Amino acid sequence: MQQLPKRTGTPFNRRRFLRAAGWVGAAVTGGAGAALAEDIARLPFDNGERPLVAYPQKRPLLRLTSRPPQLETPFSVFNEGVITPNDAFFVRYHLTVSPPQGIDPDTFRLEIKGKVNTPREFSLAELKAKFEPVELVAVNQCSGNSRGFSEPRVPGGQLGHGAMGNARWKGARLTDVLNACGVAAGAKQATFNGLDRPLLPTTPDFIKALDIDQALDGELLLAYEMNGEELPWLNGFPLRLVVPGHYGTYWVKHLNEITVLDEVFNGFWMSPAYRIPDNSCGCVEPGTTAKKTIPITRCNVRSFITSLADGAPVRVGETLTVKGIAFDGGYGLREIDFSEDGGQTWRAATLGRDLGKYSFREWSVPFTPARGGTLTLKVKATNRLGQSQPLEPLWNPSGYMRNVVETVRVTAV
Amino acid sequence: MRFSPSLSLTAVAAALVLAADRPLPAAERTFTLPPETARLKPGPGADLAAGQCLLCHSADYISTQPKLSQAVWQAEITKMVQKYGAPIPTNNVPALLEYLVKNYGVAPTPAPAAPAAAPAPAAK
Repeated sequence: MQQLPKRTGTPFNRRRFLRAAGWVGAAVTGGAGAALAEDIARLPFDNGERPLVAYPQKRPLLRLTSRPPQLETPFSVFNEGVITPNDAFFVRYHLTVSPPQGIDPDTFRLEIKGKVNTPREFSLAELKAKFEPVELVAVNQCSGNSRGFSEPRVPGGQLGHGAMGNARWKGARLTDVLNACGVAAGAKQATFNGLDRPLLPTTPDFIKALDIDQALDGELLLAYEMNGEELPWLNGFPLRLVVPGHYGTYWVKHLNEITVLDEVFNGFWMSPAYRIPDNSCGCVEPGTTAKKTIPITRCNVRSFITSLADGAPVRVGETLTVKGIAFDGGYGLREIDFSEDGGQTWRAATLGRDLGKYSFREWSVPFTPARGGTLTLKVKATNRLGQSQPLEPLWNPSGYMRNVVETVRVTAV
Repeated sequence: MRFSPSLSLTAVAAALVLAADRPLPAAERTFTLPPETARLKPGPGADLAAGQCLLCHSADYISTQPKLSQAVWQAEITKMVQKYGAPIPTNNVPALLEYLVKNYGVAPTPAPAAPAAAPAPAAK
């Protein structure tokens, strides 16, 4: 389940040299892609080779796409700590003109309009000064995280497990800011729009909607800080919506417009995009379509082994600590179980520090390989509602919400 | 890969370049993406695909897909036209589809093998 960077470059990395020399722009126009050495990561599915590219404010990440950019976090980062560093946090855009090319944080305004008593605009300084700052650790996971493992394969961003991250967000409560404008009677939903935009006037702008009750529930944040710093440009500078427990599609970046509506919003990015089968698993028989769909909402339960990659060597009789992370849609984890025999028997792992119900939760378990050969390790989390993970993958046509019990095969010698 | 958009699309691209070159207010911060390096596979239809697809997204939106069936590639083209408003003329669709299926698709599943062909009947 872990991609291992493979060095394809010579010791003297031509690409690095060109970049350092400021020649890259000229170098790529020849289209001599093969001549430019580049670090490549390989995701463990067909056509899973990804160049590792360092974007501004980012360390080298797996580049899925260039325009608009989609960057995936190398899985090894999740073993470095429970908080995902800003420079490793994944990036996902939808529209051609993304990210915005220029932003002036002094003149930036968040506009609140529609069914409010007093439409208003807020500067960043006002959002910081007029509203109580709130900090929250929360996972942001792309709806299509792990889509590349769907079988049968489905079109869409072919992601490994790296389109997720856990950060400490700081911002104003959305409810406080909406209440400062006065939500009018009869309001049903609020829509959220950012500075990223399509190239063609015929392409729908990326606008997401939430029910007004959720917008006012006190948990959503208008975040201006991430892990103690201003938001990285590619993660929504200077302001993004934080919707704890919900998939990243709602966490609108470069957020500059909120509109309160007295009806249900049905723009493209709510319907037909980002929808799941309307049933308890959000799944259908592989290869089929759903009769009825609903917007995707909360994350399901997931867990990962982070300290051992597929094929890692371990020693028979020598005890090591297996570590990993788990999370759910915000109900909190009750139990994390580990299996070293392919899921025949399970034992409880020790849960790490609790950073809140929306955070990654670290776990660890001692493991002494009892015999030589291939050992099949699995991890399975259960939340406080009793929701857990399936042993066989669930499937839907969009490749959303994958949460099968993950497997790592190690070699004991 | 030659990039051959229609005239109107060239105008849009030119407008973007002009917009990027406008003078910036003092406090404005800017962001520049690293250059695109992904290329479409060369061959018949590649110029057409570049002209029709790469205005709105880079080649890796196509090249990182798994091998998709003709039906799925057709659905992708239809989505781009109907949902994203891509200006793909109807008469370009067959050649575009052929390029995508040939370079990024699976061959159509062959029809079940016909029973062993009987010897041609002898002329009577």
